[in-house]
Amino acid sequence: MAEYRLKTPLKEEDVTKLKAGDIVYLSGIIYTARDAAHKKLVELIQNNKPLPFDLKGSVIYYVGPTPPKPGEVIGSAGPTTSYRMDSYAPTLIEHGQKGMIGKGKRNEAVKDSCKKHKAVYFGAVGGAGALLAQRIKDAKVIAYPELGPEAIREIVVEDFPVVVVNDTYGNDLYQEGRKKWEKN
Amino acid sequence: MRVVRYETVVNSIKDMIVYSTTHLSEDMLEALKKAYEEEESEVSKAVLSQLLENADIAAKETKPLCQDTGLAIFFVKIGEDVKIEGGSLKDAIYEGTEKGYKEGFLRASTCDCFTRENLKEKIGYNLPPVIYFDLVPGDKIEIEYAAKGGGSENVSRATVLAPAQGKDGIKEFVKKVISDAGPNPCPPLVVGVGIGGSFDYAAVMSKHALFRSIGTKNPDPELAAFEEEIKDELNKLGIGAMGMGGTQTVLAVHIETFQPGRMCHIASLPVSVNVQCHSSRHSHITI
Repeated sequence: MAEYRLKTPLKEEDVTKLKAGDIVYLSGIIYTARDAAHKKLVELIQNNKPLPFDLKGSVIYYVGPTPPKPGEVIGSAGPTTSYRMDSYAPTLIEHGQKGMIGKGKRNEAVKDSCKKHKAVYFGAVGGAGALLAQRIKDAKVIAYPELGPEAIREIVVEDFPVVVVNDTYGNDLYQEGRKKWEKN
Repeated sequence: MRVVRYETVVNSIKDMIVYSTTHLSEDMLEALKKAYEEEESEVSKAVLSQLLENADIAAKETKPLCQDTGLAIFFVKIGEDVKIEGGSLKDAIYEGTEKGYKEGFLRASTCDCFTRENLKEKIGYNLPPVIYFDLVPGDKIEIEYAAKGGGSENVSRATVLAPAQGKDGIKEFVKKVISDAGPNPCPPLVVGVGIGGSFDYAAVMSKHALFRSIGTKNPDPELAAFEEEIKDELNKLGIGAMGMGGTQTVLAVHIETFQPGRMCHIASLPVSVNVQCHSSRHSHITI
């Protein structure tokens, strides 16, 4: 289990050195999106329309934060369950996305896509929304404000703690970790 | 007949919502500390340490522990000798819920099943809540509240077993639900198991079982032992904190049966499993 500090946007050599179980502290700009926003992004790609941000090397965080109190950058902001984005993620990865942050299992199509196009799936700690919000230094809505908590935000993170769940070699921390500790 | 002001109920509901979504209860904190001490896997231990730190930050900043501040779930016992002055109890719970979620800067997570449109404009901010009313002797109003998140609710399941399947069948069903869920419901978990009654009531009991304080025993010694047996079995799955592999998958198993008599129909054995994430935000007040 190695530890890395990485800056976004991520390059291919950043992600290919990562293995499932590694701890990564991310810094730089990342984007937030949940199912509704993913649907819109994929529709834009299918219609050859420009996206609200550059997908190349991008990291998308699956989160729908609570509203910020006056003076706060963002409300509580932990990851949501990722499988709801499974049908959209491969298209974004094909178009240059390098990282996803969420929680919970991904399907085979997403894992294959990570392997083929060199992208990683990071797990953040679900239910640690107050702690994770402290690592978010700036946030602004850049698309779909009508979606409320599900709008696309550009956020600036500093040492945002995540764990590599699916790497570029087909490893899956959920399967391997469980196998290691399973008792029959 | 004792009289309680409508505003008293509204404000009590509002306060309990804001407090319990930002302050992890003592029983959960103790359970997470114990899990941290006992966890053998390094990565799961790191997760548990983040959860304890998160609880600390949330309380200090009055910031929601988790961004999914849930559906508002209430179990309400109304004494036969108490009445609300100035409005209905149901309206007071609705108003307290809306105020709590809005003024506490919590997330509005209710939407139309089909259009998926958020209901905050049409119905109200995080309205409607889910309320179970019960009429009891006395002149008090007892209110239990939980903020129930979607991730753990999504993996909850109910079934009706054949009577011959008995306790082994119940154990296997609970094990399958937790095993299939894996990392998705944010373990370590509290597992509510409703056994008996009717198909629908087993599910209600499995939800109510989540309100019990962690560390308390089932009053029925046979069921207290069964809870421990299931818990040990689940912790052998190896899922660990946030599913990253480890020994601490389940903090507690709570069983609730239909009383009196642990009743069910002679032909049936209803079983429901309601899964609760580690951010178990529940509280209890008496007015």
